[in-house]
Amino acid sequence: MSERVDLPPAAPTRRTLRDRRRPAQISVIGVFGELLLTAGVLVFAFLGWQLWWNDMVMAGQQSNAAAEISQTWIEDDLSSRDTAPEDAAAVVDFGEPLVGVAPAESETFAVLYVPRFGAVYNRSIAEGINNDVLNSSRSGIGHYPGTQMPGEVGNFAVAAHRSANGGGMHLINELQLGDAIYVQTADGYYTYRFRDLEYVAPTTVDVIAPVPHNADVTPVDRFITLTSCNPLLSTAERIIAYGVLESWQPTSAGPPPEVATVINAQAKG
Amino acid sequence: MYAALWRVLPGPLWLRIVLVLVLLALVLLALSTWVFPWVDSIVNNQEVTVESP
Repeated sequence: MSERVDLPPAAPTRRTLRDRRRPAQISVIGVFGELLLTAGVLVFAFLGWQLWWNDMVMAGQQSNAAAEISQTWIEDDLSSRDTAPEDAAAVVDFGEPLVGVAPAESETFAVLYVPRFGAVYNRSIAEGINNDVLNSSRSGIGHYPGTQMPGEVGNFAVAAHRSANGGGMHLINELQLGDAIYVQTADGYYTYRFRDLEYVAPTTVDVIAPVPHNADVTPVDRFITLTSCNPLLSTAERIIAYGVLESWQPTSAGPPPEVATVINAQAKG
Repeated sequence: MYAALWRVLPGPLWLRIVLVLVLLALVLLALSTWVFPWVDSIVNNQEVTVESP
């Protein structure tokens, strides 16, 4: 009986007290604490934006830009010739690969196709390895200035992000022996075959030498070298992928079948 | 701070929840449109190239 009398007044009193105390709850320490919590949440929001949302948006933009320039080259080739394209199957050897002239800084001059990175993977390659190329929504893959051009004897060396900014080489560690690496330029299609991966210190510049690791040797082969960061999300090391040129065909001969899949998909939109 | 925000929001509980979600979406939109790209441009240190020391 006494409990029933005591308890009801106690509860309203506590509530009234809390109500009266409310304005004072906005204390400096309280706001500071909430700001710290907010900052913590914002850091995670930024990481989510950088590694997922913006990565996805940029990957789409880079792929569209690559499709656009690829179509331009194909249409330019068609309009420059009166006759229909010759049957690609009829001619197997197109001779020495055509080698383009070194482009100007930040100029897009090639498109990369790697089926292992995705059936419709395509990215354009621009000259230079600065952030205005690597972080661009129009390229994403940078060509080391001074290294050779696609199809040229020596080393065609490129770099790209592994995560964020479109992640042009997100799956570089999944390349397997013999995987095709296609490079398209205004001149035609260069088919490289992946050979091996290597993990090096960030200062190992001779991986992009005309003969990788043998800067003094005169090259006879036509290499491609892809560089990206390793481990994933870290900059401690570099992951290097090497390939060797297998064949070449001019734009007029049409793309290799795997590249045709991508080009047909992009033509449909 | 957030408690004060919750108190100034009008309407019944469901409306307040909707308003909070709308505000949150607007904040995220503003962040990803202006703030995050700017932060990215100053903290970006994702080196992917090999360079001489």
